[in-house]
Amino acid sequence: MNITLDEDKCCAAGQCVLVAPEVFDQRDEDGIVVLLDAQPPAEQHAAVHEAAAICPAAAIQVHA
Amino acid sequence: MTVTSPHAPLPVEPPTGCPFDPPAEFGRMRIEEPIKKISLPDGTWAWLVTRYADIRAILGDTRFSSDTTTPGYPLSGMTGGANQQNRGFIRMDPPEHTRLRRMVTREFMVKKVEALRPEIQRITDELCDAMQSAKLNGAESVDLVEALALPVPSLVISLLLGVPYEDHALFQGLTGKLLSRTIAKEEADAARSELRDYLDRLVTAKEANPGDDILSRLIVEQQHAGEITHDDVIGFAALLLVAGHETTANMIGLTALSMMGEPKTAQQLREDPSLIRGAVEELLRFHSIIRNGPRRAATADIEIGGQLIRAGEGVVVAVPSANRDPEIFENPDALDVCRPNAQHHVAFGYGIHQCLGQALARVELQVVLATLLRRFPTMRPAVPIETIPFRTDMAIYGCHELPVTW
Ligand code: HEM
Ligand code: SF4
Repeated sequence: MNITLDEDKCCAAGQCVLVAPEVFDQRDEDGIVVLLDAQPPAEQHAAVHEAAAICPAAAIQVHA
Repeated sequence: MTVTSPHAPLPVEPPTGCPFDPPAEFGRMRIEEPIKKISLPDGTWAWLVTRYADIRAILGDTRFSSDTTTPGYPLSGMTGGANQQNRGFIRMDPPEHTRLRRMVTREFMVKKVEALRPEIQRITDELCDAMQSAKLNGAESVDLVEALALPVPSLVISLLLGVPYEDHALFQGLTGKLLSRTIAKEEADAARSELRDYLDRLVTAKEANPGDDILSRLIVEQQHAGEITHDDVIGFAALLLVAGHETTANMIGLTALSMMGEPKTAQQLREDPSLIRGAVEELLRFHSIIRNGPRRAATADIEIGGQLIRAGEGVVVAVPSANRDPEIFENPDALDVCRPNAQHHVAFGYGIHQCLGQALARVELQVVLATLLRRFPTMRPAVPIETIPFRTDMAIYGCHELPVTW
């Protein structure tokens, strides 16, 4: 799995952080998403897919 | 000239005897006419959208404008919507929306809000102490709306805005009046302008003596840099207050009432507090308190779910219908605090305008729910449920008052 982000789209709602806190964080200045792990281990995959599904701004792309 | 529209209006009445269910018409509309014309109070019409997938498609597409001055924006029947002055970024489109929203995202990010949890707990505990003493002093019942639901979000917003402690009573009195339905319109208008004056004085005080709060940060980082004006700072304060108060207050009331009606679920949550987070998501989905929108205006011809929506046409999104769509939520009319996909709800909207205060609202609701279950395990309505006045007349659903005893 390889994750990419589109920071310009992110509206800092923080849904990804609630679902996958090991993979996503929010920038201290403005809450914009930060990737902690672009290639997370298998046990995180379900949470990452969930985060991508509920991100309101479609800012998270998950590549196989 | 307006031509009176022949279509039925937006359904608002819950089915008889089921105050927690959205209007029954939505179920039929989702199947037969998921994007359907409705008439608005001024005789114009707009599209009403009832399916989850279509609602996400619309709210996720910025060609549907939130700007109330966009041609075709369905203003009629929206409370406070007609106010074009200082409307705040909730009623703006990018790039201005993005610029202004990003000025305040810092305070609402998950970790900042988590850091506020102990303060929110303290506020909740103090209000519960006061309820307990009222009861010990002989009160037969306590109105949970007045005693807890309204003050929690008002005090939390005071904290964020940096309202000094000695002003809390004044601030709470004014915000409470704004939401009261029993006072006359003139009195409500007076309260609105008094609150505006108060926020003006508050911003002036912060300009002279900045502290550690959102308003001071906006002044130091943005106003001093010429990015925004004194009036814009007041506008931010007013938006955060308006968007966060009535919403959270009504969710608190409905959350408490749901628990009183489902003692088994209440017991389950008491025994396993790790279920509280999921329970709050499910309660947000189940109650879907936003009943009058969000609303948008199409700025291009766009096909959604097979229906062409033309530039200049208005759209009203039915959040309660999306959140009960059986395509997404199995057995949608059941309150299931262990529902695995409850967080897919659109109770906070979707797209770039998705609720800025959602992390805060979640923590407030989690703290209040856990505290009520722990401290008032025998709480029950003090009047028959049928006599509790529900807000079918308001854009935000809930109960006007909720007398409880224990
Ligand atoms: C249970 C409580 C709440 C609910 C159900 C709720 C619901 C919503 C919804 C549906 C929207 C989207 C409006 C649209 O798309 O046009 C929204 C936006 C917003 N909410 Fe909330 N809200 C709640 C609590 C709060 C709180 C506590 C705050 C802040 C203190 C807040 C601040 C805002 C702001 C500033 C916006 C505008 C965001 C934007 O346009 O970018 N809300 N809310
Ligand atoms: S869920 Fe999406 S919009 Fe929200 S913080 Fe994460 S990436 Fe940004």
